[in-house]
Amino acid sequence: MVRFENVGMRYGAGPEVLRDIGMELAAGSFHFLTGPSGAGKTSLLKLMYLAERPSRGLISLFGRDIATTPRRELPALRRKIGVVFQDFRLIDHLSAFDNVALPLRVAGLAEEQIREHVSELLRWVGLAEKLNARPATLSGGQQQRVAIARAVIGRPSLLLADEPTGNVDDEMALRLLRLFEEMNKLGTTLVIATHNEGLVTRFGHARLHLENGELTQERLRAQHAG
Amino acid sequence: MLRRRLDIPLNRDSSVRFLPWIIALMVYLAGLALAGTLVLQGTLQRWDASLSGTLTVQLPPPGDGKPDALAAALALLRPVRGVTSAEPLSPEATRRLVEPWLGTALTAAELALPQLIDLRIDPAAPPDLAALQARLAAAVPGAVLDDHRLWLDRLAGLVLSIEATALAIVLLIGGAAVLTVVFTTRAGLAVHHAVVEVLHLIGARDGYIAGQFQRQALDLALRGGIIGLALTLLTLLAIGRVSAATALFGEHVRLLPSLALRPWHWLALALLPFAAALIAMLTARVTVLRALKRMP
Repeated sequence: MVRFENVGMRYGAGPEVLRDIGMELAAGSFHFLTGPSGAGKTSLLKLMYLAERPSRGLISLFGRDIATTPRRELPALRRKIGVVFQDFRLIDHLSAFDNVALPLRVAGLAEEQIREHVSELLRWVGLAEKLNARPATLSGGQQQRVAIARAVIGRPSLLLADEPTGNVDDEMALRLLRLFEEMNKLGTTLVIATHNEGLVTRFGHARLHLENGELTQERLRAQHAG
Repeated sequence: MLRRRLDIPLNRDSSVRFLPWIIALMVYLAGLALAGTLVLQGTLQRWDASLSGTLTVQLPPPGDGKPDALAAALALLRPVRGVTSAEPLSPEATRRLVEPWLGTALTAAELALPQLIDLRIDPAAPPDLAALQARLAAAVPGAVLDDHRLWLDRLAGLVLSIEATALAIVLLIGGAAVLTVVFTTRAGLAVHHAVVEVLHLIGARDGYIAGQFQRQALDLALRGGIIGLALTLLTLLAIGRVSAATALFGEHVRLLPSLALRPWHWLALALLPFAAALIAMLTARVTVLRALKRMP
């Protein structure tokens, strides 16, 4: 599903923020990505959701070498990846409904199907009353749930989440993790970057641990567990 | 005009607020240049058609000791092969020709007006005009044969240079319109970079994102184009009225050319807003596609 070989990454001419990353995530696996702030968690996720290119090494997603995949085929690959951004990245002028509907519209789904799926999912994350609300009128937790709904609406094969429970209470955090687990049971591969050790311990999934841009010994445990 | 949902809030940008007016001005100027060119072309064609096969023989004014000049000239011209008719203009008709400029106060007797002969020739088998001029000058000293060709050729040269200038103006206007749309689109891309990036990352094809910009450009340019066309038509109408007011001898002589455009001329003018909208749309699309290629 996801394979990294000796991957390094730097922003512009700056120093490498990721070094010698090597990992292989099996299809249907569930990983927590942990590490202190600045360790490179977000950068690693960016490589996985194709927002950045590595400065060296090989990245393979869904069996495709990203470096040799034609540009016109990348949107289809991206549609297989759901992303919960750390800063949500909701579109301000669109309602909660339209934000969540965006991946389906981009994929060309019929409006009737979109209406049905989006309403159902927003109901599930407790935002049935907020369909027409603009992001600016929602609380941080509500915005985060909209962002998660947008990431999962397209039933992605790979779901990447950057601190998805950072702005919600414990009960909602558990509920969201259960949603992720449900998706995982249906075959979605998950990588959840988090600082919440409690959740990592409680759910007991494999862990990828970054320190100073490098995967530490934890990766071995992660691979064994994955 | 084209109300469709935009994922990118381009319609709220201040940079696009002036685009319809800029396009309106450009379509207006292009419309006037095009209409001017078409009018001049039509005028030249009309003059060419009305003057082909027609010549004027100008004889010295009578009363200077050569009373038989007219009779001598007619006797020489009429038998010439290729000449279909040679009719002298009456002094009254000659006086009417100069009346718009000299008024009616002067009588024909007071003016030393030349005698004119309206000469018609067979365009299919015209006589040798150079030889005819030589024979005429020998028979009637001071006689001139005017085939209008020199005047028409100069006029055609003038029309051609005006047309070239108008074409250059239209091309410059088109270039300015393209640059304006490029600037506006780039400004939109910069302002909405975050939204464009989200769309890109959730799997939107470049064409989907470009479509948002191109629809916006099409909409604004079409609005501006229609305003510009309306202004062009109003201006042409006003010029047409002024032109009609300068008509002399009924409709025969005008100081300003007639604005009688043919149906296809009007069609060409009506297509200007759509051409502007198409150019704006394609420019926006190409600009966005080129910018997106720089994204991972």
